[in-house]
Amino acid sequence: MNDEQLTVLQRMIKGKWIGKGFLALLALAIIWWVGGKAIQSPSLFFQQIINGIQLGFVYALIALGYTMVYGIVRLINFAHGDVFMFGAFVSFFAVSLFQLHLWPVQTFPSLPPLIGIVIGTLSVIALSMVSCAILAMTIERIAYKPLRDAPRISALITAIGVSFFLEYFGALPFVFTPNFITYKRPFEIVTWYVKDGIHRLEAGAEAPPGSVIFSNVLIIIILVSILLLVGLNYVVRRTKIGKAMRATAYDKPTSRLMGINVDGVISTTFAIGASLAGAAGVLYATAYPQVVFWMGIIPGLKAFVAAVLGGIGSIPGAFVGALIMGQAEVISAGYISTPMRDAVAFTILILVLLIRPTGIFGEPEREKA
Amino acid sequence: MLLEVKDLNVYYGAIHALQGISFHLNQGEIVTLIGANGAGKSTTLNTISGILRPRRGQVLFKGVDITFTPAEEIVRMGICQSPEGRKIFATLTVMENLEMGAYTQNNKAEIQKNLERVFRSFPRLKERQNQLGGTLSGGEQQMLAIGRALMSRPQVLLLDEPSMGLSPILVEEIFNIIQEINSQGTSILLVEQNAQMALSVAHRGYVLETGKIVLEGKSSDLLNNPMVAKAYLGAH
Ligand SMILES: Nc1ncnc2c1ncn2[C@@H]1O[C@H](COP(=O)(O)OP(=O)(O)OP(=O)(O)O)[C@@H](O)[C@H]1O
Ligand SMILES: [Mg+2]
Repeated sequence: MNDEQLTVLQRMIKGKWIGKGFLALLALAIIWWVGGKAIQSPSLFFQQIINGIQLGFVYALIALGYTMVYGIVRLINFAHGDVFMFGAFVSFFAVSLFQLHLWPVQTFPSLPPLIGIVIGTLSVIALSMVSCAILAMTIERIAYKPLRDAPRISALITAIGVSFFLEYFGALPFVFTPNFITYKRPFEIVTWYVKDGIHRLEAGAEAPPGSVIFSNVLIIIILVSILLLVGLNYVVRRTKIGKAMRATAYDKPTSRLMGINVDGVISTTFAIGASLAGAAGVLYATAYPQVVFWMGIIPGLKAFVAAVLGGIGSIPGAFVGALIMGQAEVISAGYISTPMRDAVAFTILILVLLIRPTGIFGEPEREKA
Repeated sequence: MLLEVKDLNVYYGAIHALQGISFHLNQGEIVTLIGANGAGKSTTLNTISGILRPRRGQVLFKGVDITFTPAEEIVRMGICQSPEGRKIFATLTVMENLEMGAYTQNNKAEIQKNLERVFRSFPRLKERQNQLGGTLSGGEQQMLAIGRALMSRPQVLLLDEPSMGLSPILVEEIFNIIQEINSQGTSILLVEQNAQMALSVAHRGYVLETGKIVLEGKSSDLLNNPMVAKAYLGAH
């Protein structure tokens, strides 16, 4: 049957117009509704956008690990959120117990304080990244590698098991304890407010009504995330290991024929994804300064939704999906009610799976090993 | 003997795909393995390349047993395959595909020299070096597959059905290049269904039938063998 012979209804079904139309209507409704709120109170709206960007960048760092690992071994690594939690705790111990963030100032007292703090903070982040990379490589070696040729569901269930293991091992009294712990930032928080120019907000003072507030946490999150994203892009696009990662994701047997050490490439992919989650853990804890053993579950799930929304397996997709998720979450929390932010995240997941399972940037799945 | 296969037995589960085959490849030779669909030609190459493991038998490279050597080590030792169906990395550029062929090589200057050699053999790849592998035509993909394998500087090049799906003119071109590569010192194990073409460039040949070698000899002898003519050369 060719196209002209189809009825309008048949054509609508064939082109998935109903789903697309529904999506378009939904988008219009949201724009109209959010736009109304924005006009009512522009400063509140901009405040939400800023909060959403902060959250979105953290989700992006986590989502990249999901999407890269999925791209190469077709596994949703549900333990990824707990690696993020581990990264936050590593930085907690590094700062509270070992004062790692102070080493530049202590070793070189003549260093300008700002530079000292920046280097100190970056050291803490780097330590978390390395620790998470080692953790993830260990998990991959012990739990996933033996299941490489098993049905995919086995590895998926194992990932859930690993996730529980990390959480409840962390909850042990002599590990991270089951309690909330106040997180000590590696730097002092500085806040500014924007109203007729940018002003420093003194500690304890109230910002005048109608102003937009932001802090150095936001700046650090954005700068560190962009730095890592640019770095990741460079590694994946330009380096030998990055090209091998793309080749392996595309076709493992042929990669082996070319002499690529596929197991090593997979291990490296886990390490890179986990190191980004580790950095996200530090940034998240500096933004919301509390750590607890289950803190990785919800951000992990939301980053997973972000990865699916962007198109699982796609690196730009994970980034765009995460920024959308960040905005969706703060807007629903700010304008509807706080618990709505989780509901919205999973509503997005369901909508994506119903209407466009391949996500924004996803291609239909190739049947490849 | 550069490459020697002894009594190779390979199974896929219960399927006995290779039932004790033995053959060899001398330095500087082109040897062809011909046979119908499902005879076990690709299985043989993949076992040599180390991505399939035999249940019995041996693969020797310059007298060294490589039967259970990891695939990447086999490439590093000097055996590389251009697989059946070309298997280009469609999401990588032509250049990146070639770089993946050179994955085991560490000497930048050597890689560059080798790249120029590949571009001399396949000028079309040079023009298209920034194009995605998946956007090449079938013939160009075959050139890329061979070029990619050559990037590892192999002493033995394994070619699995390079003529598959190509027009007669392109087949001619590819086979000319295969001879040229051989004349520059690379020994070649050529798997083909196009027996006529394969035997016209090879020095020796083996005929594979359902996992067993049923005939072997000089190409000219095989070409004149009535059984080969009947089964593989389309004579009646
Ligand atoms: N992955 C597999 N699982 C099970 N059986 C297989 C597998 N691959 C090949 N076989 C079987 O092994 C035998 C040899 O296959 P092989 O691919 O080596 O043949 P071939 O000579 O290369 O054929 P063709 O000319 O069609 O490429 C065939 O009977 C095939 O069905
Ligand atoms: Mg074959």
